[in-house]
Amino acid sequence: MSAMDVFKPMLLKIDQVTDEAPDVKTLRLVFVDEQQGREFAFRTGQFGEYSVFGEGECTFCIASPPTRPGYIECTFRKAGRVTSALAGLEPGETIGFRGPYGNVFPIGDWEGKNLLFIAGGIALPPMRSVIWNVLDLRDRYREITIVYGARTVADLVYKRELAEWAGRPDVTLITTVDPGGETPDWKGEVGFVPAVLDKAAPASRDTIAVVCGPPVMIKFTFPVLARLGFAPENIFTTLENRMKCGVGKCGRCNVGKHFVCKDGPVFTFAQLREMPQEY
Amino acid sequence: MEALRNKARELLQSRTVQVVIGYSRGSGGSSRAVFVQAPSQADALVFDDTCRQNLAVYLMKPEVRKLGKAALVATPSALRTILQLAAENQLSDHDLLVLVVDPGGDVVPLATFGAIEARVAALNTDLSADEKEELRKYKALGQEQRRGFWQEHFSRCLKCYACRAACPLCYCSRCTVECNQPQWIPVPAHDLGNLEWNVMRAMHLAGRCVNCGDCSRACPVGIPLYLLNQELISEVFANFEFRSGLAAKAENAMSTFKPNDPEDFIR
Amino acid sequence: MEIELRSIDREALAKLFAHWRDEGRRIVAPKQLGEKIDFAPVTGLDQVSLDQVQTVQSPKTAVFPRVEELFSYKSRDGQVEIRERDGTGVPRTVIFGLRPCDAAAFASLAAIFNWDSPDSLFSSRLANTVVVGLSCPRADEYCFCTSVGGGPGATAGSDILLTGTGNGTYLAEIVSEKGRQLVEGAGDLFGPALSKEKETFLARVDKAFDRDRIGPALAALFENTAFWAEQSLRCLGCGACAYVCPACACFDIQDEGDVSGKRLRCWDSCGFGLFTLHTSGHNPRPLQSQRWRQRLMHKFAYMPERQQVLGCVGCGRCSRACPVDMNILEHLRGVVEAKP
Repeated sequence: MSAMDVFKPMLLKIDQVTDEAPDVKTLRLVFVDEQQGREFAFRTGQFGEYSVFGEGECTFCIASPPTRPGYIECTFRKAGRVTSALAGLEPGETIGFRGPYGNVFPIGDWEGKNLLFIAGGIALPPMRSVIWNVLDLRDRYREITIVYGARTVADLVYKRELAEWAGRPDVTLITTVDPGGETPDWKGEVGFVPAVLDKAAPASRDTIAVVCGPPVMIKFTFPVLARLGFAPENIFTTLENRMKCGVGKCGRCNVGKHFVCKDGPVFTFAQLREMPQEY
Repeated sequence: MEALRNKARELLQSRTVQVVIGYSRGSGGSSRAVFVQAPSQADALVFDDTCRQNLAVYLMKPEVRKLGKAALVATPSALRTILQLAAENQLSDHDLLVLVVDPGGDVVPLATFGAIEARVAALNTDLSADEKEELRKYKALGQEQRRGFWQEHFSRCLKCYACRAACPLCYCSRCTVECNQPQWIPVPAHDLGNLEWNVMRAMHLAGRCVNCGDCSRACPVGIPLYLLNQELISEVFANFEFRSGLAAKAENAMSTFKPNDPEDFIR
Repeated sequence: MEIELRSIDREALAKLFAHWRDEGRRIVAPKQLGEKIDFAPVTGLDQVSLDQVQTVQSPKTAVFPRVEELFSYKSRDGQVEIRERDGTGVPRTVIFGLRPCDAAAFASLAAIFNWDSPDSLFSSRLANTVVVGLSCPRADEYCFCTSVGGGPGATAGSDILLTGTGNGTYLAEIVSEKGRQLVEGAGDLFGPALSKEKETFLARVDKAFDRDRIGPALAALFENTAFWAEQSLRCLGCGACAYVCPACACFDIQDEGDVSGKRLRCWDSCGFGLFTLHTSGHNPRPLQSQRWRQRLMHKFAYMPERQQVLGCVGCGRCSRACPVDMNILEHLRGVVEAKP
């Protein structure tokens, strides 16, 4: 291992660009060095630092599952300098990638259990990796329920995959948009995610919940899960924080004594309860 | 000092103000800012020759503004700073009571910008003889010498932004260096970034700086930033006959355009 | 390795400088720079300033420069070529005349950079650096090394520690293998120890607080927002404290260039508002009081818990450099004495 490897990105070529929602894109990326691509391995929940050379790096989870080798995907909203640069790139162009970093969803521990995935808006990407991972190993898990909502129909990401999940008999998918966000032909629910979850009232026994979404959604979802009988150690989420190095050196992503890049991004609610509210 | 402490107690007790921003004894015999919010804390207030920090910087700090109406113990520089902040629409005299401690120890309250202007009008706001001499020597440096002078000084700049933090007139909620679309000024403390930062900051203060000197005192590595500011002060005066911090209503020398502006490049 | 005692006098020390120069080593030592004394490259002992209690900045730039290139790149037709930094460019360095607190700080820096995975940029610089410390005959009110496990004559972190024993002679404690090799390579410049006596030549730095109490006191105070607000009200949020600190290592990564360019690592400070600001505008630490709390928590609670080393060596530089006298010793005393 050369001395430089920690900061030296691997090179990835953009294979495909998908417009998911206004300002939201997915990039499918393949390794320029095929050997590197073959050797690359990650586990669901992990993230990377994606570079646009000359602009900087940005932190996104790996949105594709490890069960589908040969490429990785990331989904992002155009928001700042690096995401604006990424949003302007075409297939064939090269970006950098450092990773995989962070801890993982312990899907091995979840075998034999029911899984409940709850996501809002642009927070579906970290969930998508783990959803596909478990769907690709479907017979290891019992009931799988996905509750996903966005502000408006246009803001729903992974529309193609939502359709795929909706069509599967071995998945229960509930999609919702905020009141006022529906279109005339919208067939899903209308209401905020916590309310829709409450109405659906999934069973908590032998069930693991994974929740990803904006802080306000999480704040109102947790009481619903608690009321349904979910124990905090069985509710998982991912935290985001401003990152630079991604490997616990630069000092900026800590929540209390935990580095989100090393001790996270996956945390249980039981862990979050012990951490200061600085995220 | 007793007059100052009594005044502070009276202002807080009567709830005329919610905080008295002044000086207290600090480390090594220095003085430092203190925020007296209860009459019982007023004994901490001091005022002497060590009290030089321009406390007006705290009038722009959100955590201090939140405390409520403030009384501020003002040095001459702070008085001018307050007028300049007023001229830039950052302060209203409803939120502020200024306290000047005169050489005899008496406290002169200034409740309106008009009162502050009258006080400032009696001050000598020109550079001191020593400052003028140092500036003259600096201006006499040829261009190459001057380039070398600043290169050497800026090579030590850490980009700690103590100069910016200490300056009451650097109150932008998002400083130019904090913009990254585009990154106008490089973040790392290399020679180019340091030159650009310090020159840009001096230019942004041209026609505004009141020469309080806090930037230079704040600089941990002793860069004579005041030379940049003082030269621009003298250039602005020579070109526009304008000095900052004299009136609560004034037009910024560098950001006011009039149709009869003699410069024709802007037509 | 057991510490070996030798001695050296000023004349031999000057020759030692010449010997280092002949070996092609860069020598960094305290030097008068205008009105301030700071670490700078020197070529002779006569350029070195040794009377001050402490320099403005720490010598950490030798192992953690203000700006450092991570790699350079060139892009063309959608392809990118990355050129790694040439690892051989690290100069052999002697840091001379730093105080025991500064020497102890290398352990804090190493804990930050090398925990979990090695940081070769830092490690290669440290490996190429010999630390010749100078114990303290004087201290000032800002010093608190003895409260954080150090002392005016402590040897931790120095390869050789000199103690002035009067008449231009120094007791030389050869602390490490690197120090031993340096002495061996220096011919007869180091003589036998004239005396083992050291204590009488050291400053007295009374312990100000019990460091084992700080971590628990901080933990108990974490949610006390009024305490942190009061402590930090005059803090202006600059980076002077972090940048002069020998144990602060937070950094930023910045790209410069377009079609070709570099990726750089540079100093950053947890005191800046932008440090934790998300692109969305959300800031986990939007108030200066929370950022001040982070500084103390990181150095006195998180680092000891994670890496069993404090992030502070009691050098007092932050307090001396602070434009508004946020005297950290005073604040730490306040932490220990506070009622949560």
